[in-house]
Amino acid sequence: MQRPDTNELKKKAKETRKTILKMLTEAGSGHTSGSLSLVEIIMSLYFYKMRHDPKRPGWDMRDRLVLSKGHGCSALYAILAEAGYFPKGELVTFRKFGTRLQGHPQIGLPGIEASTGSLGQGLSIANGMALAARMDNKDIRVYCIMGDGELNEGQVWEAAMTASHYNLDNICGIVDFNKMQIDGWCCDVMKLEPLADKWRSFGWNVMECDGHSFEELMDTLDKAEKVKHKPTVILAHTIKGKGVSFIENDVRWHGIAPKKEELERALKELDEKD
Amino acid sequence: MKKIKDIKEAEPTRDGFGKGLLELGRKNKNIVALSADLTDSTRAGWFKKEFPDRFFSFGVAEQDMMSAAAGFALSGKIPFACTFGVFAAGRAWDQIRVSVDYMNLNVKIIGTHGGISVGEDGHTHQALEEIALMRVLPNMTVIVPCDSVEAKKATIKAAERKGPVYIRLGRSPLPIITEENDPFEIGKGILVKSGSDVTIVACGQTVYEAMRAAELLSKEKIDARIINLHTPKPVDEDILIEAAKETGAIVTAEEHSIYGGLGSVVGEVLSRNCPVPIKMLGIKKCGQSGSPQELFKYFNLMAEDIVKAAKAALKMK
Repeated sequence: MQRPDTNELKKKAKETRKTILKMLTEAGSGHTSGSLSLVEIIMSLYFYKMRHDPKRPGWDMRDRLVLSKGHGCSALYAILAEAGYFPKGELVTFRKFGTRLQGHPQIGLPGIEASTGSLGQGLSIANGMALAARMDNKDIRVYCIMGDGELNEGQVWEAAMTASHYNLDNICGIVDFNKMQIDGWCCDVMKLEPLADKWRSFGWNVMECDGHSFEELMDTLDKAEKVKHKPTVILAHTIKGKGVSFIENDVRWHGIAPKKEELERALKELDEKD
Repeated sequence: MKKIKDIKEAEPTRDGFGKGLLELGRKNKNIVALSADLTDSTRAGWFKKEFPDRFFSFGVAEQDMMSAAAGFALSGKIPFACTFGVFAAGRAWDQIRVSVDYMNLNVKIIGTHGGISVGEDGHTHQALEEIALMRVLPNMTVIVPCDSVEAKKATIKAAERKGPVYIRLGRSPLPIITEENDPFEIGKGILVKSGSDVTIVACGQTVYEAMRAAELLSKEKIDARIINLHTPKPVDEDILIEAAKETGAIVTAEEHSIYGGLGSVVGEVLSRNCPVPIKMLGIKKCGQSGSPQELFKYFNLMAEDIVKAAKAALKMK
C-alpha cells in the first residue's frame, strides 16, 4: 500500500489535536493528555495501515481496532469523523446527553468495534475477534491499543497468554507508552519494567518505536504484519499530552478538560508550530 | 410433567446442557464453546470431542474468556462460555457487565456447580449469588432449569434468543421430572401443579422438593400450587400475580441467597401488583462442605421445610 505524504499527515495531526481540545472544552470534562498521546498511532492505522471503508463500517473483511484504553476516545472520535465514519458536526455532542459519542466508546457509533472503558478487557475482545476470523479463514488483522497504566490489569496478561497460545499473528497490540497514569508516573504507581521482556516472555514479538513519528509507526506496523506464528506488540513511546507544552507530562491533565482560556492558549501554541 | 411416582431417573442439569450444546453444534456452524479449564466438569467436553475446531481453551482465566466471548459474538459467532457459576458470575462479573451485557451480545454463559448441591467442595465452589448478580444486568436473561431435560431445552432456546443469557446448572444428579415434549419458553413460568390454598414457587433443584412438599401438604388437606419459575429474568409476572390472587399465600424456595434471588424476584413482582404473605426459603450464610442431602437439610430447603413455611404462610393470610 502506498504511504500517505508524511507532511500531510503531520498537518492533519495538528488539526486533529485542535479538534480534540475543542471537543474536550465543549464537553467540559474528559481525558485530555491520554487522548493527545494517541493521535499519530490511531492516524497511522486509519490513514495508512488498516483495510477499512468508512462507507461500510460493517464490512466483513475490514481490519478492526479495539481501543482498550477507552478513555482516549476523543482522539478516536476525531479521527473516525475525519475518515468519514460519521459527520464531523457530531463531534460537539461528545459526552453530552443522548450522544453516540459516549464518555467511553460504545458500539453503535460507526467505526467503534467494541464498547470499552473498564480497563484490561480490550485485548481479550480482540483475541476473540482474531480467533473467529481464523476459524472463518478471513485474512483480517485486529489491532488493540492499550494504555501503559492499563497493563496493571491482570486480564491483559491472561489475554497475552491466550494470543500467544493460539499463535495469533493476526493480532497486533499497541501500547500507548506515555509512562504516566492517573496517579502519577507509572514507575511510581506500579513498576512495569522490564516491559518489553515481559511481553517477550509471554511469547510475543516485541517492537518499539517513537509513537509520534509517522515514519516509524508506519515502518513498524508494516514489519509487524510480516511476523508469523506469534502476536506482535508495539511499544509506542509517546508523551502524555503531546503537542501542548503546559499539558505535556503533567499528571493533572489525565482526567480534566481545558477551560476556555487554556484552549485558546493551546490552539495558539499548536498554530505557531510548523 | 411427571407424577412423583413416575420419576425414575436422575441426571445432573449440566448433562442436559452437554447434550443441548452437541445438538446445537450439529445444526449451526457458528456455535463455539469456550472453556476455562473445567471442560469435563461443565460438559463442554462433549462438544470439544465432536467439534475440536470450534472449541477454545482459555486456561483458568475466566475474565479473559468472557471478554473473548464478546469478540467471538462481535464476529457473528454464538459463544457458550463455560465454567463454574462462582467463577463466571462472580469473578468475571465486570467482564460480563461491560464486554457482554453493555453491548447486548449473543454470549451464552454456562455456570455449572450452582448452589449448595455442589456438596463437598464447600463454599468457594458453591455459587449462591448468580441469580442476583446476573439479573441486575439490564440485557441479561437468567435461566435455572429444574432437570436435565429442561436444561437441554434451555440451552437450545438460549442459542435462539438474541442477547446474553446466563444458565445456572448443577453438579449433582436431579430427578428428571419433566418430559421431552413438555413446552418450555424462556420467560414463561410452568404450572407444575394447580392448587388453591398456597403457592410454592421454585427453580432448579427445589422444584422437586416442592413436588414432595405438595404431596405432604395434601395429606393434611392443604392444596398447594407449584410454579417452576425457571426464568428469574425476564420474569413471568402473570403466573405469579394469578397465583397470588387465587391462593393468597406464597412460599419461595431456592438454593441461592435469599438476598436478590428467586424470593426477591417474586417479592418484587407481588409487592407491586398483588401483595400477599410470602415466606422465603433460601440461603443466608456461607456454604460449607457436606453431601448435598446434608446441606439441603442444614439450609432448610427440604420438602419438610417447605411444608412448614407453607403452613406459616397460610396463617398469615
